[in-house]
Amino acid sequence: MSSKSSSTQAKGVNEVTLGQKLKSYTRTPGSMVVMLLVMLAAVITFAVLIFLIAYILVNGVPYLQPSLFSLEYSSENASLMPALINTVIMTALSLLIAVPFGIFSAIFLVEYAKRGNKFVEVIRLTTETLQGIPSIVYGLFGMLFFVTTCGWGFSILAGAFTLSIMVLPLIMRSTEEALKAVPDSYREGSFGLGAGKLRTVFRIVLPSAVPGILAGVILAIGRIVGETAALIYTAGTVADIPSSVMSSGRTLAVHMYNLASEGLYMDQAYATAVILLVLVVGINTLSGVVAKRLTKA
Amino acid sequence: MKSKAWTEKFMRGVFFIAACASVLAVALICVFLFANGIPAMSEIGFLDFLTGKMWKPNNDIYGIFPMIVGSLYVTAGAIIVGVPIGILTAVFMAFYCPKQIYKPLKTATELLAGIPSVVYGFFGLVVLVPIIRQLGRDLGFGGNGSSMLTASLLLGMMILPTIIGLTESSLRAVPTQYYEGAVALGATHERAIFRVVLPAAKSGTIAAIVLGVGRAIGETMAVIMVAGNQARMPQGIFRGIRTLTANIVIEMGYATDLHREALIATGVVLFVFILIINFCVALLNRRDSRE
Repeated sequence: MSSKSSSTQAKGVNEVTLGQKLKSYTRTPGSMVVMLLVMLAAVITFAVLIFLIAYILVNGVPYLQPSLFSLEYSSENASLMPALINTVIMTALSLLIAVPFGIFSAIFLVEYAKRGNKFVEVIRLTTETLQGIPSIVYGLFGMLFFVTTCGWGFSILAGAFTLSIMVLPLIMRSTEEALKAVPDSYREGSFGLGAGKLRTVFRIVLPSAVPGILAGVILAIGRIVGETAALIYTAGTVADIPSSVMSSGRTLAVHMYNLASEGLYMDQAYATAVILLVLVVGINTLSGVVAKRLTKA
Repeated sequence: MKSKAWTEKFMRGVFFIAACASVLAVALICVFLFANGIPAMSEIGFLDFLTGKMWKPNNDIYGIFPMIVGSLYVTAGAIIVGVPIGILTAVFMAFYCPKQIYKPLKTATELLAGIPSVVYGFFGLVVLVPIIRQLGRDLGFGGNGSSMLTASLLLGMMILPTIIGLTESSLRAVPTQYYEGAVALGATHERAIFRVVLPAAKSGTIAAIVLGVGRAIGETMAVIMVAGNQARMPQGIFRGIRTLTANIVIEMGYATDLHREALIATGVVLFVFILIINFCVALLNRRDSRE
């Protein structure tokens, strides 16, 4: 792994004790200030994260009652179960559309397109553009195109299509990076053994790029699960389990926003926040494990 | 042999078509937004729409200048809060972090990226808003806590993972020899990092910041929950503010006719902002790669 921290390599060459380190810092006060700033920044970042999670857990866990998980939403229980089911459906549908497109287009960009190709530059520009577009603009577009022009109405399908466009650049970009990180010697070795281009891509390059691709897909899942603005005016805010992909349904994040902004169900909002957090942590851990297993195999 | 060559060609075509999807998506988004937004703008009057300081849908007065300024202010605030902390944390992760705690910290930054914006917004609503309210009162500025400052702080937090992640990976992509060379010439650890490695990772870092800007200017739900959303010119960092994004979400639910189109036009303005930012980045990157 060439990406291993360079500081560890440097440390091997000239091992210093903490005392010597501090002493050398007193000779270069400028460096010491910079070092302290770096430490401070890191402490702030991680303190904020720990505080945020701890605060939500402490305030939310006591309100995780069975009524929150009943299959029917009513104004009494403010159940999050329908929203949870909607989230799973929405995530699956969006990934189903976005992942093949994302991976295939990255393969085209890295493995097939010639360097300096004008079309590649156009694609790169559009992916960058897509990446920068705020989710509310996706929401507006989804409302104008999928909901109105396609005539799907507020529906899970309209929401999923909107989200899949939204996460496409994320998956594309991470796959691209992962493919680029595969050493050319792998490809040369494969060609040298007589494999064709397609076989090389699918059997050699893609498998070694899996962890990177998965990282992108994880990010995509995180974005889908947490997305609100792009969904309010595409998938709507109906708080029930949808009968089909053509009916409206709110995901967990939209549900959470409604609870918090109505202000009537603050306890349930805390509890919903806990579920959202646990979901995100769970997804991240799971895919981390999967990525590790795949690289070992 | 022949069928193999055919498969190769066919799959090449499939990859090509997939690659076209993003171009098609951008084209569709442009067409639909502009086709729906421009007519409203010309009906209201481009100048009146962009520079009008009044937003009164009930009286058919649509000026989004307060929201434009609002978006710019909160984004600037988020950059001031988030960029220094983010880049320094990335440096910490790449060059200072002890090996034993690297893994958990890396997971933590990824977690930070995964936290949904509604949860951030909720956190801001129940934690930051009361703190800022108290601070505003103590300092004699007043305000009810939902303010520009609150939104800036929260957005600064939210762009941290974007900046940390991308900056760290671009720092790691810099060849180790750069660092070693600098240290061999007598530079301290810090000097080597900040004068040699960080400049070498410039394009990645700039990309990180720009993505952060994009996230901040486009953030909607979290901002709605903490910014107060008064559609008027900003009156100080402890006072409420409404961004372009908030304007769309808050009023789209009940807007009709010209009001609805004016909101779509608001989205167009936001979109144009993003396009300008992207264009700048593309230029920057191009110059960078030519050097």
